[in-house]
This record gives sequence, C-alpha cells and structure tokens, in this order.
Amino acid sequence: MNDSHYCPHTPEEIQEMLSAIGVASVEELFAPIPAALRATTFNLPPGMSEFETFGRMQAIAGENRQGMINFIGGGFYDHIIPAAVDHLSGRAEFYTAYTPYQPECSQGTLQALFEYQTAICRLTGLDVSNASLYDGGTACAEAAMMALRVTGRNKIVIDGCVSPFSRQVLKTYLFNLDVQVVEIAPLNGLLNRAELAALLDESVAAVLVQNPNFFGSVEDFTALADQVHGAGALLIGSVYPIALGMLKSPGETGIDIAVGDGQCLGNPLSFGGPSFGFIAAKKSFIRNMPGRIVGETVDRNGKRGYVLTLQAREQHIKRHKATSNICSNQGLCALRGLIFLSAVGKEGLADLAQLNRDKAEYAKAQLAALPGVSVLQSAATFNEFTLLLPKKADDLVTLLLARGIAAGVPLGSYYAGAENCLVVTVTEKRTKKEIDLFVKELEVALCN
Amino acid sequence: MQLIYEQSVPGRRGVRLPASDVPPAAALPATLLRAERAGLAEVSELDLVRHFTNLSRRNFSVDTNFYPLGSCTMKYNAKVLENSAALFAPYHPMTALLPGGVELCQGTLGMLYDLGQMLAEITGMDEVTTQPLAGAHGEMTGIMLVAAYHAARGNRAKKKYVVVPDSSHGTNPASAAIAGYEIITVPTAPYGDMDLELFKKAMTDEVAAVMMTCPNTLGLFNPHIKEISDIAHSHDALMYYDGANLNAIMGKVKPGDVGFDVVHVNLHKTFGTPHGGGGPGSGPVGVKKALIPFLPQPRIVRGDDGTLQLEVTNPGSIGRTANFFGNFGVMVKAYAYMIMLGGGGLIQVSEQAVLNANYIKEKLKAYYDLPYDMTCMHECVFSASKQLAHGVHAIDIAKFLIDKGYHPPTVYFPMIVKEAIMIEPTETESKAVMDAFIEVMIEAALTAESNPQALHDAPLTMPISRLDETKAAREQNVCCVG
Repeated sequence: MNDSHYCPHTPEEIQEMLSAIGVASVEELFAPIPAALRATTFNLPPGMSEFETFGRMQAIAGENRQGMINFIGGGFYDHIIPAAVDHLSGRAEFYTAYTPYQPECSQGTLQALFEYQTAICRLTGLDVSNASLYDGGTACAEAAMMALRVTGRNKIVIDGCVSPFSRQVLKTYLFNLDVQVVEIAPLNGLLNRAELAALLDESVAAVLVQNPNFFGSVEDFTALADQVHGAGALLIGSVYPIALGMLKSPGETGIDIAVGDGQCLGNPLSFGGPSFGFIAAKKSFIRNMPGRIVGETVDRNGKRGYVLTLQAREQHIKRHKATSNICSNQGLCALRGLIFLSAVGKEGLADLAQLNRDKAEYAKAQLAALPGVSVLQSAATFNEFTLLLPKKADDLVTLLLARGIAAGVPLGSYYAGAENCLVVTVTEKRTKKEIDLFVKELEVALCN
Repeated sequence: MQLIYEQSVPGRRGVRLPASDVPPAAALPATLLRAERAGLAEVSELDLVRHFTNLSRRNFSVDTNFYPLGSCTMKYNAKVLENSAALFAPYHPMTALLPGGVELCQGTLGMLYDLGQMLAEITGMDEVTTQPLAGAHGEMTGIMLVAAYHAARGNRAKKKYVVVPDSSHGTNPASAAIAGYEIITVPTAPYGDMDLELFKKAMTDEVAAVMMTCPNTLGLFNPHIKEISDIAHSHDALMYYDGANLNAIMGKVKPGDVGFDVVHVNLHKTFGTPHGGGGPGSGPVGVKKALIPFLPQPRIVRGDDGTLQLEVTNPGSIGRTANFFGNFGVMVKAYAYMIMLGGGGLIQVSEQAVLNANYIKEKLKAYYDLPYDMTCMHECVFSASKQLAHGVHAIDIAKFLIDKGYHPPTVYFPMIVKEAIMIEPTETESKAVMDAFIEVMIEAALTAESNPQALHDAPLTMPISRLDETKAAREQNVCCVG
C-alpha cells in the first residue's frame, strides 16, 4: 500500500533499484542500525487524504474564537496586506528554493534580498542590513551580542520600556555568557534618563531602547545617542517599521544598530509567526553583523549580479567563532516585507503611518473621555497608547473578550503596580465604527 | 535586471490605502519626525508584479528543478500545506496571553500541543517545545537546556565543554558557544564515524554534552551510537541529537531509545515545509523528562479537564527564546503533513529516501571517488578527487549541473571530505528523474577528463556567469545607493 503518495515509485521500480544496489529488500538498507536499537513502537495515527487533511485543519482553525476585533499589539500588528504580497511570495520559485548558495541559479532570491537590504537601510537611515533574522526579540539579542563584540565590554543596559518579550529573549540569549544585563524601570511610560545617566560607565557595551516603546510612547533619543557615545557605548534601537513612515529614523537619531520585527510588513498575524527580524547598522560594524548578507558584484563578462558575501563571519566557516549561530533565517518573510514596502511605496508608507496615528488619536480621545479613564503618558504616541483605568485592566479585558473585542494588553503581568494600565493599539484596519463600539463596550464594562 | 528602485517614478503607487474615517490628528513635534521620506520604490502594481515574477524565474527551486542539496532535505512541499497555513492568518498571538485568552485559542494551542506529542513519539522524547524558530535556534535552545540542567545540579562551573565530531554542522559549535561552552572536536575515523578511541580520551566529567548528527553528515548511521551515549552518560554529560538527518530514520530508530536526551527537529527538512529561499524554518526541541523543568516559557500544557493552558511562571525555565509560540505557520504545515502521511507514510518516507540515496550512490561510484563506501542512509557523499587530477573541482561540476538544469548537490561540506559532493535526493523524486541526473553526473565526470575547460566555463545558460566573490567581499555593496 502506498501510504505516502508523495513517494512516487512503483513496486517494479523499487525492485529495479534494489537490484542495482545489490540488496534484496529496502529493509536490508537499514542493516547499519544495530538490531537492538530499532524502534519497537511508532504510535502515530494512520494517514488520510488531502481533502480530509484540509478539513481537519479547517476544524482546528475553527476551534479558535472567530472575528475578534483587535486592539492588541505587543509586537505583532494587524495591518493591511496587499494581495500582491501573497501572490508574489507564493511563487514556488521563491518559496521552494533554499539559501542561495549557488548564485547563478539563485539570482531571483539574491536580488530580492539585496533590494530588501536596501529597503531596510533606507527605512532606518543606516548603512548596512543583513538578509534577515528570526524575529524582533532575537534581533535585540543579536544586536546586543554584536555590541559586545564591537566594544569588547560586558554590560548591556536595557530600558524597561522595551517589550518584555524582547527583554526576556535577550536575557535568555545572554544568560550563559559572561555578561551583565541591567534593566531600568520605566518612569511614567518613558525611559528613566536620570537612572540611565548614573549607570553609564566604561563597562557598558550598549544601551537598548525601543521607539515607540511597549507603552506606545514616542521619544526622541538624539541627545541620548550623544550621551551613550560619550561613554564609549553603542545605542541599539528597536523600531516599528510602519512608524518609520513618520518618525525620526534611527540614522537621524544617532542609533548605531537598529532592529525590529518585520511582521507588520506584509506578514500575517498567524498566531505569532513566521515573521522576520531585521538588523541594520553603521557600515563600520559590518564584519560583526550576524547572518547572511547579500552583496553586489559582477560576473566574468562584467554583468551585475548578487552573491552571499562576507561569509567568513558565519557558522559554516567560522564554527564556534562565528558572529552568530544563525543559518536558516526568515528569507521568505523578508521577501514579503520587501514586496509590501514596494507596493505601499515612498509616499504610501508616510500615508499609512499618518492613518495609523489618526485612528489612534481618535480612539485615544474617545477613550480618555470615559469617566475615570485617562492616558498614562503625556508623551507623544503613534498607534499605541496606555490607558489608566479605574479598575483592574485584566477584568475589563476579560469582559470585553466576551464581547468579541481584544481591548488591549494589560500591563499588570509585565510591570509591578501596573494592574490598571492597558496598552491599546489602533491600526489603519480599525474603522471608526469599530473604535466607537470599543468605546461603548468599555463604558459598559466600567459600569459593571 | 533592473532593481525595483531603478524602476521608480515619483508619485507612483502599488496599492491604494483605505481613506480615513476619523479627523486628522494634530501634528507631532518636528523633533520626533523624520526629515525625509524613506526612499522606497514607487511603482505600479503591474510593475511590482512583473518585477517579482521575473525575479522568481531566475531561481531554481524544488518545483522547477531537481534539487539534491545534501543535508537540506529538499523534498516536494505539498500544496495543501500552503492552503492550510493560510487558514490561520487572522489569529493574534497576544490573544492567548490575555486574561481568559487561552479559551479563545484552543485550536491553535491544541495543534501545537498535538504536534509536540507526535514529534515526541517520532524522536522518543517526553516533551517538545515548539518555540525555536529554526534548526540552529533549536540547537541553541537545546544546549541552553543542558546548561540549565547542569546548573540545577550544582555543576554550572564544572561543566565547560561540548564535544562535537569534526563532521558536524557548523551550527553545532556556534550554538554551543552562545550557551557558554568551549568546544572539543573529535576527528572522524576511517570507518566514517567519530573516532571512538579519541572520543573516549576526550570525555571527562567536565563535558556537558555531546552533539551528534545521526545518521551523520556523511549519511552514515553510527553503529557505536549507544556506546557513545553510555560513555557520555557515565561522565554525566547529556546527549544532543541534531535532527537535520531525521528524514532517514522515522519509525526505524528513535533517538530517545539510543540514549539521546535532547533533540531538535527541522520541520522544513523532514516534515515537508518549504525552505522559503532561506527560511522560515522551524526547530522544535524535544527533551527527556529530566529536562522538562527547564523548557522555554510560555509552555503549553494540557489541564486535567483536557483544555490547553499556558504555563508562564516557572522559575527554572531558561526563559523565552522567541517572542511568541515559534514559527506557527510553519508548524501548521508540518502538522498537516504528518496527519496526512500518518505513521505508515512517514516510515515509507524514510525507506524511500534511503533507497533513493543508495541507488544514486551505487550508480555513480564507478565515476566518482566514494571515500566511505558502505550502505548510506538518506544521502551520500562523494569526492571530486578523481576529477581534481584533471584540474576540475567540485564547484566546476556543480556549475556544469546548473547548465543541465539541476540544482547542484551541497559541495565542500562536510569539510572532512576533500572536494565533497553531498547528494540527498529525498523520497519524493522518481527513478526517471534520478536516472537522468545520474546520466548528467556521468557526463560531468567524462567531460572532466576530455574537456576540463568546458567545466571551468560553466554555467553558460544562466542570466549571469560565475561571479567575482572577492570583489563583493572587498567592496561590500550591500545596499543600493541613491
């Protein structure tokens, strides 16, 4: 019986192949595995048809609550995805290829990655980008490790306003290395600059900030960059690409290494992945960058072409001395990011950013007008802001979930004493009608 | 081909955005704003579609070409897997982390849990975390679990080394280094596996883990694997299984039965999810019971009432290794693949993968040097040493294959084989495809003798010829200026 119809051989072909090999059965080919080690059980369900498989997957998807109206972010954002993104990234020549080790038959992937790197450089205002990392959290960790290599120092200072998930990932990555990680507790949803100033000394390799931060606050870190550089350290900025349609770029700010999550650029929410992480830096740090980098060159006839370059940094050459262990990255998601940015375009990204801010400001004003509700930060915000509620945010969120609204991310689990704080995200996809409904439902919940 | 930026025309757009239905917000202070718009492309939707469609046509891929890239398991990626992943596009990961949110995510959490259970059965492990985002990320997570295990037993300072064979993937030592370990590399013996005597000498109580790929990167199953794991355990070292080559052994042998304590699985290799031109992959990690307390958070557990819950407060955990639940969309595809093939189908996958590799090995060994001439598993490693006598390198043979419409095998890996040519056909290729490939490989070997220059000149049929890699590394043009 042919359990896997993806294995195409007929019994006759199998016989011919066995004869050519000189064995009597397929089982004989497994003789190198000592008999005593052979599996005695393999308790997996029997297979099914393609039709039944898809039906099962539909049923599983159906077990999740359908049609939630999302006012949640926390690193993943519900943005529009132009139809062309799915269709073009769905070209099998892209998605069934692998790492472009053989450039002559991989120019499609290589040129696309070069264009992606260009988009990231232009978005961040920095000189060099790699061909993607896993996600925003691991990109923070890779940037920190990069700063440790560049400076030869051993302390990383993190603003507590950085996503708690990214901070946790960074700490997991650095836990076994001889590195000290110091966190600064937020001050009203902003970086506590006085505490940072007190911490900056010659042991600090880098300071990690996020803009907009987890509370949604937008800060200008230009003066901070000078201060950090004055101490001989690097400034790492985790940024939100959609916001870069409007906000001061890392390059303009003086940030040395910019990182972030590229999910918002044409990648579906998909329960948290796959997305991609990006990393861009000043040119002088290129040899300390992690992961694949595509470079431009010429062929034997002087024709322009693209190759993986500076591979001497990487694990397949340098092994334990590599700049990172990363091998497979998130190439297809980065391609989606490039297609998204190219579809939206130069003017479109600015408009998209404006639309996000307009919607969020509208929602902020409506919500803050509810009795007992105020906005935590006096600082500017982009498409997220933190509400200070008269009740526990957890309870209100639970009530609104039952009404089909994911009202925001309650901060009580992430910050001490923040039980009444709720981070609300409003993207361009949320309509005025949905926002008004949210305001109404919150008002009802507050009265309960 | 032009870059997309070279096709830009100011003001052109590839998508229309929704009109605003709210009043415009007050402007932000200038100090917070960027001075100029980011220099993204400005193209029409048709320009965009043509550009990327034409770019895609400059790729070889599994769907267009035989792609026997050794160690990467470039099997066919079933189309229904793509359709399945699309079903899950709207689900926000934060929903599960909201108070009361897990109840709304029972489908997605349940699928992750069931996928973990199936992977545990295949690998002989007790629990699996799906959080790691790729194979190397799984390795790093796995070795961090090892480090946490030793630390919990008061041996953090004592355990300093991770042992790897010299045939290992470069990611193994690189991942172990992030987990804080120094590396001891053990050479390969003439019989094609890690030298057992040298391994014994390398083993001390200071070794934290031994990382093995089994079958190894030569495509050989290590007959001493149980002895190696017994020796490792006698020194209180854990056994790490690099699952890159799991495609060879499903249902035949379970790493857990052989003494492995931690495994990572490459879903994009063994479980039929596409490689995406360099990811996304997915690298779930399975562990034996003793390591469960250290698994990453949030950990998905099944409650007494059968519902799925998230454990988020375990002080022993190594923490988070990624922001959410891993590359979920990739796991959807792997899960669909596994339930579709079932246990019987997965066994057949391994059997035919091994059959195909041995067939190619037998057919080509008269033409290419086979340094380890024995029954292989899912891949075989030749050397172009015979051809080198005529001045032809493995890379020249690779480029000749490109002209003939084949993606080349992996070349120059494993590093222990001079001029290595590592061929992994996978189970999804037909005999006819392999026979045609074999003919071309023979033609390459004969051409190496009769006309080596023809191989040096290849490829001639691609949009570009061989590229100047030195120039790329020297000039470091990694972003389009202007």
